[in-house]
Amino acid sequence: MTIPVELVNGPGRKNKKEFSFSADHAPEDFHDHLFELEEAGELVVQRVPEPYLEVPVKYGRSKKVPIGQTWHHKSCGQCGHIPGYSTSIFWVNRKLGIEYHDPTDQTSCTAWNYYASATSNQAAQACVAMRNFAAAHESGHFPIIHCGTSFGHYKEVRHEILADAKLRADVRKVLASMGKALVMPEEMVHYSEWFYAMRHEIAARQVVDFSNISVTVHPACHYYKLVEGDAIYDPEVYGGQRTAVVSGVATALGAEVRDYSTWFDCCGFGFRHILVQRDFSRSFATQRKIKRMKEEADPDVTLTHDTGCVTTLDKSQFAAKAQDPEFATIPVLSEAQFAALAMGAHPYLVCQLHWHAADYKPLLEKMGIDHEKAWAEFEEQCGRLERGEQQYLTWDDVDSEPVEALR
Amino acid sequence: MTGTGAAFKLEPSYPEVPYEEKARLFAEIKADARFEDYLYGCYECGICVAACPSARYYDFSPRRIAQAAGREDVELVFEQIQEDIWDCSQCFSCLRCPRGNNPGGIITIMREVAVNNGLASAREALKGYTRIIYKIMSTGTQVSPDMLQADAFPDWGPSVAATSDNLELWRRALPPDTHHTTKTGWEISTKTLVELYLIWHKTGALDLISDLDEGLHALLEEVMEDLLEEEGYEL
Repeated sequence: MTIPVELVNGPGRKNKKEFSFSADHAPEDFHDHLFELEEAGELVVQRVPEPYLEVPVKYGRSKKVPIGQTWHHKSCGQCGHIPGYSTSIFWVNRKLGIEYHDPTDQTSCTAWNYYASATSNQAAQACVAMRNFAAAHESGHFPIIHCGTSFGHYKEVRHEILADAKLRADVRKVLASMGKALVMPEEMVHYSEWFYAMRHEIAARQVVDFSNISVTVHPACHYYKLVEGDAIYDPEVYGGQRTAVVSGVATALGAEVRDYSTWFDCCGFGFRHILVQRDFSRSFATQRKIKRMKEEADPDVTLTHDTGCVTTLDKSQFAAKAQDPEFATIPVLSEAQFAALAMGAHPYLVCQLHWHAADYKPLLEKMGIDHEKAWAEFEEQCGRLERGEQQYLTWDDVDSEPVEALR
Repeated sequence: MTGTGAAFKLEPSYPEVPYEEKARLFAEIKADARFEDYLYGCYECGICVAACPSARYYDFSPRRIAQAAGREDVELVFEQIQEDIWDCSQCFSCLRCPRGNNPGGIITIMREVAVNNGLASAREALKGYTRIIYKIMSTGTQVSPDMLQADAFPDWGPSVAATSDNLELWRRALPPDTHHTTKTGWEISTKTLVELYLIWHKTGALDLISDLDEGLHALLEEVMEDLLEEEGYEL
């Protein structure tokens, strides 16, 4: 479904200069230099495996997004504090019958720490990135990156590796000492791009009607502000004026995407701030984002596509509500969780909504999902673990008959 | 003007150093390979300030960062490296700059120099943060499930206490095999951790924090050397 540019109704819209694709203003396509370096034997380029989908990115170019054979580069904050994020990504892959690899041979990109504390350096950051890429290549799978900051940082690393021969040589030497080659993926792919590319497949498996659900979208800064040429911009979504990921998935699922004026603002995460100076994060997230969304769009849920954004927008609302009982909260989900719910995923066993802070129960009720029954099912499954019937829940457990009977 | 309550600049909270030392720090910033790519001049249009979240809540301006660096104003850059840089949110909204500047990137470099030189601003800004540095450098994941403690996140509400109380059980209820951990975000193989430790050693990233926090540096060095020796590596 198209979202017309006229729907972008922020203040002063009529005076805004619209971005238009122009070869004159497009930066150099990094692929040219990448393949030159490959030709010169400087590095190995890992090709996007077939079958892949081509999606439109900024400056009228396209980008290949692999369907399967993917190496899931997990996110610190998602796995650590909002695990339903990564669980939903995997669950949707499984439901679509797509093969993927969830590796233990993967470290964090360490960019959260770097942007927070600068206790690293350019060479170390590049080595961490290239070690992960080499590990993906060795496994025969193509990296798909869960975190917006990892995605943005890796794009910066790619730019630096391609531009700086000394850095390239330094990193190659460190990797060689551990028996690894210098490998660069043909494309940097964020998980939300996979969801965007697969949105019609996902919608085809939709079992919960979202036609009465309204959403606001927070585009993650590091996804589209860092090395902007790699981000998906689709003329069908806001006339290509904003990145189309998340919004494209929400509309494909039949939800109504509503605009608000501070869409470009960050969430308030701040990297260092969210951990040791949260007065800033809380203030920004609630005053500039949640409050504005509520006043201007009054959505049922706000969707985003990054670790820090879900965390900050979700967790910050408790203190605002405690300080002002009239503060109206908004549930916060990733579009992966939203899509999984649409496909019939269990809100607790798969989407793990009990790890979230803002009240999501009214949203589930509007979706027609019985959260009390679902919670009883979750507790029953946990009871099996407590009784020692098995040590862990498995994918089979979360798709078992009693759970499916929920819907 | 003297007196109390007047809108005048407070005395600096950092020690004054000779001009030569300030010039040395600026030279270190400028010597970073990324610096030239981050600075092209300034129209003084203020678009970066309008887009900046930190500018709304702090006495902070990405425009002043770009201008000070562009003018090679050694005194102002020193003031900024001691006072301003830790306010930045590192969201890179300032990349909206029509001139192609990257004030957020300049700040990343300035922060690195502040850490590398053990400046007071870095020590102050990272007070309370060192446990995170320990976590990421020693385990390879930035935050772990067991960090979710009610006393650490009182402002996040009762969901944190609920998570903390049920942590081990709720982690076992996660279907991906890699997610059953409580001390790391996901399961990381020993081989992978060894390779990460080698990176910290070989790139100087571990030594970089020695001036910032000697105790942390010593602790990390010990943890890393133990594993590397166990796995047959001699440093």
